[in-house]
Amino acid sequence: MRPEAAAAGEPAAGPDVVIDVEGLTKSFGGRVVVDGLTMQVRKGLIYGFLGPNGSGKTTTIRMLCGLLTPDSGRGTCLGYDILTQSDEIKRHVGYMTQRFSLYGDLSIRENLEFVARVYGLPEPRRAAQEAIDRLGLANRAGQLAGNLSGGWKQRLALGACILPQPQLLLLDEPTAGVDPKARRDFWDEIHALAGEGLTVLVSTHYMDEAERCHEIAYIAYGELLAQGTAADVIAKAHLATWTVTGPDLAALSEALKKTPGVEMVTAFGASLHVSGRDSARLEAAVAPFRARGTQAWRRDEPTLEDAFIDLMSRSKDNFG
Amino acid sequence: MSAPVPPGTGDRRRTRGIRAALGRIGAIFVKELIQLRRDRITFAMMAFIPLAQLLLFGYAINTNPRDLPTAVFVRDDSIFARTFLTALRNTDYFEITAVARSEAELDALIVSGAVQFGVEIPAGFGRDLIRGERPAILVVADASDPTATGGAVAALEGLGASLFARELTGPAAKLAAGEQPYEIRVHRRYNPGGETRLNIVPGLMGTILTLTMLIFTALSITREIERGTMENLLVMPVRPVEIMIGKILPYLAVGAGQTALILVFARLLFAVPIEGSLALLLALTMLFVLANLAVGYTFSTIADTQLQAMQMSFFFFLPNILLSGFMFPFRGMPAWAQYVGEVLPLTHYLRIVRGIMLKGAGLGDLRTDVVALAAFTLAAMALAVARFRQTLD
Ligand SMILES: Nc1ncnc2c1ncn2[C@@H]1O[C@H](COP(=O)(O)OP(=O)(O)OP(=O)(O)O)[C@@H](O)[C@H]1O
Ligand SMILES: [Mg+2]
Repeated sequence: MRPEAAAAGEPAAGPDVVIDVEGLTKSFGGRVVVDGLTMQVRKGLIYGFLGPNGSGKTTTIRMLCGLLTPDSGRGTCLGYDILTQSDEIKRHVGYMTQRFSLYGDLSIRENLEFVARVYGLPEPRRAAQEAIDRLGLANRAGQLAGNLSGGWKQRLALGACILPQPQLLLLDEPTAGVDPKARRDFWDEIHALAGEGLTVLVSTHYMDEAERCHEIAYIAYGELLAQGTAADVIAKAHLATWTVTGPDLAALSEALKKTPGVEMVTAFGASLHVSGRDSARLEAAVAPFRARGTQAWRRDEPTLEDAFIDLMSRSKDNFG
Repeated sequence: MSAPVPPGTGDRRRTRGIRAALGRIGAIFVKELIQLRRDRITFAMMAFIPLAQLLLFGYAINTNPRDLPTAVFVRDDSIFARTFLTALRNTDYFEITAVARSEAELDALIVSGAVQFGVEIPAGFGRDLIRGERPAILVVADASDPTATGGAVAALEGLGASLFARELTGPAAKLAAGEQPYEIRVHRRYNPGGETRLNIVPGLMGTILTLTMLIFTALSITREIERGTMENLLVMPVRPVEIMIGKILPYLAVGAGQTALILVFARLLFAVPIEGSLALLLALTMLFVLANLAVGYTFSTIADTQLQAMQMSFFFFLPNILLSGFMFPFRGMPAWAQYVGEVLPLTHYLRIVRGIMLKGAGLGDLRTDVVALAAFTLAAMALAVARFRQTLD
C-alpha cells in the first residue's frame, strides 16, 4: 500500500521497503498519542526510533505488529496489511517488549523451548539449545528467567526474539539499564543480524546508540519531527553551536539563557554548549560574553543531542 | 501494493493445520504445567483445600446428628411410659433435656429452639395399651432442618413391638408378638415435606471442585496481564482457542486428582456408598470440572486484574452454593430461584452425583443433566473465545 504522494525528499517505497505506514493515529481516552505518523524503513537497515518519554514510541511499535489497532491510517509491515493481516505479521516479526515479558517462573531453557514450540519450529529442543549456546548462557540454562540480572534478561529476550528467525525485529528500548560493555555487545549482535538481511527498528534514549543506526526518526508528542541519517538530522536542525570552556560556567549559563538569540545552553561536564537557530544572531548575542575573555569560546559542530533537544523544545513551543 | 517479502526459503515451520495447532496447544500446556509445579503454595493448596474442606464440612455438617435435645411431657405414670422413655434414650438420638408440665410448656420449648423434639405420652397410655387400643404417642419434631430430624424419627419408628415384651404378660402377651401396640404420631413442624435427604458428602464434592477449579482458571489470563507476559503471548502466532485449551488442560488433570482424593476419603471417613458405576461418576465429574474451568477462564478474559477475577468467581460461587440444592432443598425454593438454579452447573452435578452414588442411576437417567452441563460448558468456552482480547487496545 504505497502512499501515492510521498512527502517531498523521502525515498519512494520500493519492493525492499519493509515498514511502510502512512498517517497512523492512535489516541487513548481522547488524548492523541500518535498523530499522523508516516514512515518507511528499508530492508536490512537499522532504524533508530528516538523521542522523549511518552512520545508514542511504544504505541507506534505496537501498532506495527498488530498489538494495537490504529484509529486511522494504513500501511504494511513486511508487505502484510497491518490492519487485516496481523496473523501473518506475527509469524515473521520478532518483538522485544520494553518491559521484560518472558516467564519469570520458567527457566531460560523452558522459555526458549516454549517460544520454539509456539512458532512451530521442527525441533524445539535443539533450537532452544542452539540459542542457549549462541547467547553464551550454557551454564545457566536451568536458572529461572526472573532471577537473571537486567542485562542477561535483555540478552535472553533478544535470543527469544530471533529464535523463530523473523525478518523484522522491533526492539523497544532493548538496552535500558544495561552496562556499557553489554550494550556494545548487544549492538554488535544487532549489526551482525542486519548484515544477514534482517531489518531492525529499535527505540532508544541513548545518543551513542542513535549514532550506530543507519537511519533515525525522532518523534515527540506523537509527531514524527525528523527522519534520516544522523548527519541529515543534524544538518536539518540548522543549528549554530559554540563550545565554552573555562571558569564560572554556571553563572555564564544563567546569563546566556536570558539572552535573546540564544536558544539552548547545555552543560557537558567542563564545557557548555550554546546553540541558536540563526547563526548571525547567535554570534551577535554571544559577542559581549566573548569580549570579557574569562572563558575560551570555540565554534563547534552541533551534535545529535543538540539537534534533538532543539526539536523537543520547538515542538513544545508548538504545543503550548 | 508492494509485494510481500517472501518467507525464507529454508523455512520448514508449520503454522497451519491441526498438527501445528496441537503443537501450539502443547506449548501452552507444558508451560502451564511447569508454572503450576513451580508454584509451591498453589500446588500444596490443590491437595490441601479439598481435604480440609471435606473434613471440616463433612464432620461439621453431620447429616445424622445424635443426642438431640428432647423435651418430654409425660401424662401417664405406668411402667410402659417409663420403658418407652428408656428406649428413647437408648436410641442415642434423643437426649432428654427438659421435662414439661403442660402442653404449652412443651410447645414453648420447641418454638424457642431449646429442644429439637417434644415427646408427649398421653394420659392412660399404659391402660389403653393393655386393652389393645393402640394409644398414640405424639412426637413434635422441629423439621426446619429436615436432615437433622430424619435419622431420629426413623429410629423412633423402628422401636417396634418387642419394646414391651417384658411388661406385657398374661393375656396381653399376644400384643407383644403382633403389630406395634401403640402408635407414634410424628408431627413435623416448619417443613412438613422433610423428604430432602441432603447427602452432604456427594454435595461437598461438587462445591469443592467448583471453588478450586473456578479460581485456577480465573487467574490464568489476568496473571499474564499483571505480570506483563500477555504482550509477548499476544504477539506470538497462537490463536485464542489454542491458548484456552492449553491453559485448561493441566487443570483437568488437577481436577481428576482432586476427585480421586475426595472419593477415597469420602469412602474411608464417611463410608459414602457408590451405588452406580464408578466410571460414569468419574467421566461426568470430569465434565463438571471442565464446565467450571471454562467459567473461570471466561471470567479471566473479562476481568482486568486478578482481584476482579477472584471477585467474579465468588459472585458465581455463592448462587452455586445457595441455589443448587446443596444448601437448601431444591424443591423448597421459589420458582424464580429454581430457574436460576437450573443454569448453574452445580445443580446438575448434584443430581448426577447423588443419583450415581446414592440411587445407582445410569447415564440414561441423568440424560438431561448431562446435556445441560455439556451445553453450559460449550457456551462458556464460546464466550471466552469471543471475549478474548487479541490486542492491547
Ligand atoms: N493502554 C494505554 N492506555 C492509556 N494511555 C496509554 C496506553 N498506552 C500508552 N498510553 C499513553 O500514551 C503515551 C505514549 O506512550 P508510549 O508508551 O507510546 O510512549 P514511549 O514513547 O514509549 O515512552 P517511553 O520512552 O517512556 O517508553 C503516554 O502518555 C502513555 O501514558
Ligand atoms: Mg516506550
